[in-house]
Amino acid sequence: MTDHSYNFAYLDEQTKRMIRRAILKAVAVPGYQVPFASREMPMPYGWGTGGVQVTAACLVPEDVLKVIDQGADDTTNAVSIRKFFQRTAGVATTVATAEATVIQTRHRIPEQPLTAGQILVYQVPIPEPLRFLEPRETETRKMHALEEYGLMHVKLYEDIARHGSIATAYAYPVRVEGRYVMDPSPIPKFDNPKLSDSPALQLFGAGREQRIYALPPFTRVVSLDFEDHSFHASKAPHDCDLCGASESYLDEVITDDAGNRMFVCSDTDFCRTRREAGHVGRLGKTAGGGA
Amino acid sequence: MQAAEPSIFAKVKPQAPLLSVKGLSKCYGSRIGCADVSFDLWPGEVLGIVGESGSGKSTLLSCLAGHLAPDTGEVIFATASGPRDTVTMSEPERRRLARTDWAFVHQNPRDGLRMGVTAGGNVGERLMAVGARHYGTIRHAATDWLGRVEIDAGRIDDRPSAFSGGMQQRLQIARNLVTGPRLVFMDEPTGGLDVSVQARLLDLLRGLVREMGLSAIIVTHDLAVVRLLADRLMVMKSGHVVEQGLTDQVLDDPQHAYTQLLVSSVLQV
Repeated sequence: MTDHSYNFAYLDEQTKRMIRRAILKAVAVPGYQVPFASREMPMPYGWGTGGVQVTAACLVPEDVLKVIDQGADDTTNAVSIRKFFQRTAGVATTVATAEATVIQTRHRIPEQPLTAGQILVYQVPIPEPLRFLEPRETETRKMHALEEYGLMHVKLYEDIARHGSIATAYAYPVRVEGRYVMDPSPIPKFDNPKLSDSPALQLFGAGREQRIYALPPFTRVVSLDFEDHSFHASKAPHDCDLCGASESYLDEVITDDAGNRMFVCSDTDFCRTRREAGHVGRLGKTAGGGA
Repeated sequence: MQAAEPSIFAKVKPQAPLLSVKGLSKCYGSRIGCADVSFDLWPGEVLGIVGESGSGKSTLLSCLAGHLAPDTGEVIFATASGPRDTVTMSEPERRRLARTDWAFVHQNPRDGLRMGVTAGGNVGERLMAVGARHYGTIRHAATDWLGRVEIDAGRIDDRPSAFSGGMQQRLQIARNLVTGPRLVFMDEPTGGLDVSVQARLLDLLRGLVREMGLSAIIVTHDLAVVRLLADRLMVMKSGHVVEQGLTDQVLDDPQHAYTQLLVSSVLQV
């Protein structure tokens, strides 16, 4: 039910126009962080205010919206953002990745490959990949402008020096089309290969930091690494305990106080679809009642 | 990585100065930073700049190193592709120069080091900035350079904040010299260190400068430092160069009244 005291998708038309201009610029310069006048949203920073604004600017009444948080459709963040757009835009919502035209996500890329025409909107907390090494914004902007990205490898060097391998497991820096170094938001590095050459449009919105950046369809995205310590898209070395999938990203769930645990797909839609198709994992039969 | 090459003098007789400064001036509003400074620095030469606090030494050094834009004058550096005026060259080119052919050693190592990054990462940063992408090579170069500045290789994974002041300064020097620069700017490299650490640092610097055939410009107010390191000396007062010449000549036979005062003010033990 649309609440008619709001404009379609909450934001006023001039704000949406401003955001669309930023998105167009971001698409034209892949990986470049475009500043935009982020608005106050009726939810706290850190809950995806950037992603919500990008989604609001992209939505049309015919869209089908899917919202995920850590891959799940039923977590607090996903539920409240889905309800927000149901109420203010009245668009159809879904949990099925294939049916959605706009997917807002926090921390994951859906397991099912995206298709042309879909838009994936990321909620980004800190858009600047160099931030923790170089705190000055003036300096990081200059470094991006002049392609001075040696510092990014210092971070990876530090990882290897301390942990013996590149221990960065999420927000793993990537280079876009051989030009801009980009923070792909806190997705696990398992998802990094999916960024590259995707048929879908990928938009990144950071509300507090007031930045929008984008990956147009079929953009080449390379994860940074060393010649002798190459990038490795890691995941827990298990199969999903519910659906038995071996190739999906897994969450570890503690099931009791005796140290028992199970690994389940973090993408709930992917797991559900597989179970409906008859795939059963190690604990699949009892999952409905026990876990 | 800089291999220990034979002295630069053995290979080529320098035809042109490495750095040629002409009529350099910098004002802060109506106040003079430095005025009408001209000199040539030849390859392999170490130039000392001395003077009291506020005499414009650091302003001059910042102008030379591209940290400040001078009001007038030229700073012509002999780049690999011929002499270029670094004042008018584009910023990307100047920054490239600053991380390849030049090095800058700050008085306070905290300004020149990344305090949150390990010693190895600090030394490796310049290598990675010029395109090194092989961890083993970077690690090896870092270990090698820590050895050269007399820091125990076992401390390679410690952060500079765990180092003493003298070690931090030596680490800063290693970090700057790892890419084999041709010209090093030093702003009071021994300031804030106690005398015994100072002596070791000077000894180390002298060795590195001679061994690598570096040219250097050293700003200091400590005459003992320039006596030990510098071939040539420039004395500044109120933004102007009042006297310049060979170090021993200037210190042993000062001509200008201010230089005489400066030399006679040195405390004798």
